[in-house]
Amino acid sequence: MTTANALPMGLATREAYGQALLEVGTANKDIIVIDADLAKSTFSWTFGKVFPERFFNIGIQEANMVGIASGLASSGKIPFISSFAAFILCKGFDQLRMGAAYPKLNVKVAGSHGGISIGEDGVSQQSVEDVALACALPGFVVCIPSDEHTMRAAVRAAAEHDGPVYLRLGRPKTQIVHEAGVHFEFGHSIEVRDGHSLTIVANGLLVAQALLAADTLARRGIEARVIDMHTVKPLDTAALERASHETGAFVVAEEHMHHGGLGSAVAQALVAGTPAPVEYVNLGDRYAESGKPDDLLDKYGLRAKNIVSAAERVLARK
Amino acid sequence: MVAATPTVSTAELANIARTLRSHVVRMIAAANSGHPGGSLSAIEIITALYFGRVLRHDPKNPAWPDRDRFILSKGHGVPALYAALAESGYFPVSELTSLRQVDSRLQGHPVQGLTPGIEASTGSLGQGLSVGVGHALAARLDGKSFRTYVLLGDGECQEGQVWEAAMSAGNYELGSLIAIVDSNRYQLDGAVEDINSLAPLDAKFESFGWRVIDVDGHDVGAVRVALHQARESHDVPVCIIAHTTKGKGVTFMENNNEFHGKSPSSDQLQVALSQLAE
Repeated sequence: MTTANALPMGLATREAYGQALLEVGTANKDIIVIDADLAKSTFSWTFGKVFPERFFNIGIQEANMVGIASGLASSGKIPFISSFAAFILCKGFDQLRMGAAYPKLNVKVAGSHGGISIGEDGVSQQSVEDVALACALPGFVVCIPSDEHTMRAAVRAAAEHDGPVYLRLGRPKTQIVHEAGVHFEFGHSIEVRDGHSLTIVANGLLVAQALLAADTLARRGIEARVIDMHTVKPLDTAALERASHETGAFVVAEEHMHHGGLGSAVAQALVAGTPAPVEYVNLGDRYAESGKPDDLLDKYGLRAKNIVSAAERVLARK
Repeated sequence: MVAATPTVSTAELANIARTLRSHVVRMIAAANSGHPGGSLSAIEIITALYFGRVLRHDPKNPAWPDRDRFILSKGHGVPALYAALAESGYFPVSELTSLRQVDSRLQGHPVQGLTPGIEASTGSLGQGLSVGVGHALAARLDGKSFRTYVLLGDGECQEGQVWEAAMSAGNYELGSLIAIVDSNRYQLDGAVEDINSLAPLDAKFESFGWRVIDVDGHDVGAVRVALHQARESHDVPVCIIAHTTKGKGVTFMENNNEFHGKSPSSDQLQVALSQLAE
């Protein structure tokens, strides 16, 4: 059983992204990396400094970057494009729609600095709606890895997958939740802790918080199952169905606004198959503000204690 | 099907242009919707590309890796392109009147992967030149010699992304990229000059590192010469500004912006076809 107290601190998922890009790009010469003047923040530069001939920093032009990726993919390349999640999805959305989703092209999109844990830069740089936007693009795989190991695995999977992929990367260093060799497939969630009282479904930074919450609940005799639902689309509905039968109550925790993210996807799946009460831990219907990442996660209720409260509420409804 | 002979004459090209125009008005009338104005203004450009031995392509092998790319960024002009693709042999001419019908491969705007010969899904203006930059970079990375042509509307050049792409193409010195602006001087709501003028368009492209060629966009021989000149350029991207007339070839559509996005009535179709037959 994984307990949160034992979790070591690992790399930021953005740093693992850069390392994995270098790895897959070394093996596959069709991989092209493009950034829009944030290569040192997204860590795409880890690839760029080794393979300058296959790296394009196209400047501060997110829409153009997506269009260029569309052309490269149409001519047989595998472009990985990165920027802050708030910019690449909001400024490139029409281009992603017309140039990646609709023609089902092999474009891999990395949105870094997802969520509010980017901190002090404030709302303009904090992406709280990127998962909803990415899920609204037909055919896109939408994946929010929780630690450096699953981030590396997700980049490998994206390179192998034939079609468009969105990966959300985080800015802060992230606790290691998984073993280095963890089995990873898009659309297949990872159960990180078993339990039969309720199920906590989380992704990104909230997986570590969910494990912490499960420890607290265990001390009260409540055994929470924790599922790392790294892929929001396609969703692992089989794991949810099983958890619904076996635990009968859910908390969904994510660093995203209430609408259109993991919570919406889980609720939609449960209602269609095996309904169960659900409580949510997310940002609600609002933006955050500037502040230290930890202060923001506290203030906006994205902590283990918020998951514990949500668990108590949902158990009362069970 | 129109056969492009190795020494196709200007007169033959003019005949092909007339055929394509007839297809365009027939298709749009059959669909009872579509954009005749901006389709008709682009006819000589598309005729010279597909029938003037400019594009290197193989209608029997649309995915040929070494083919030249043609991207219709002004996607609403697609009836003109469908007509040229059908006459080139990409799909039967009889399919043209399925335009805009349910289950048709000929969607209202171009769809990549659905229609043979269509290289990009467009219709949301401003995006095709970026896609062209991507193809041109891929050609450079692979050491391939194919050219990438992108046809834009002049109104479309109000989109900021066009200038993002123009800037990167200039800075990357993409000598294999050729933009053609179908400068018919109108956009949906009126004259480009009145709404948000582009002037001086040539100086704008030149300042972004492009070579600019001006041409009468309805002199099909001159357009062919300009396209061949553009092929000779290898150091910088080339922009051909083709001065055109919206609705060209049908008197009651010429410079009549009512026909930006309106189908001719059945009576108007007969008048149009008789004019195009002359």
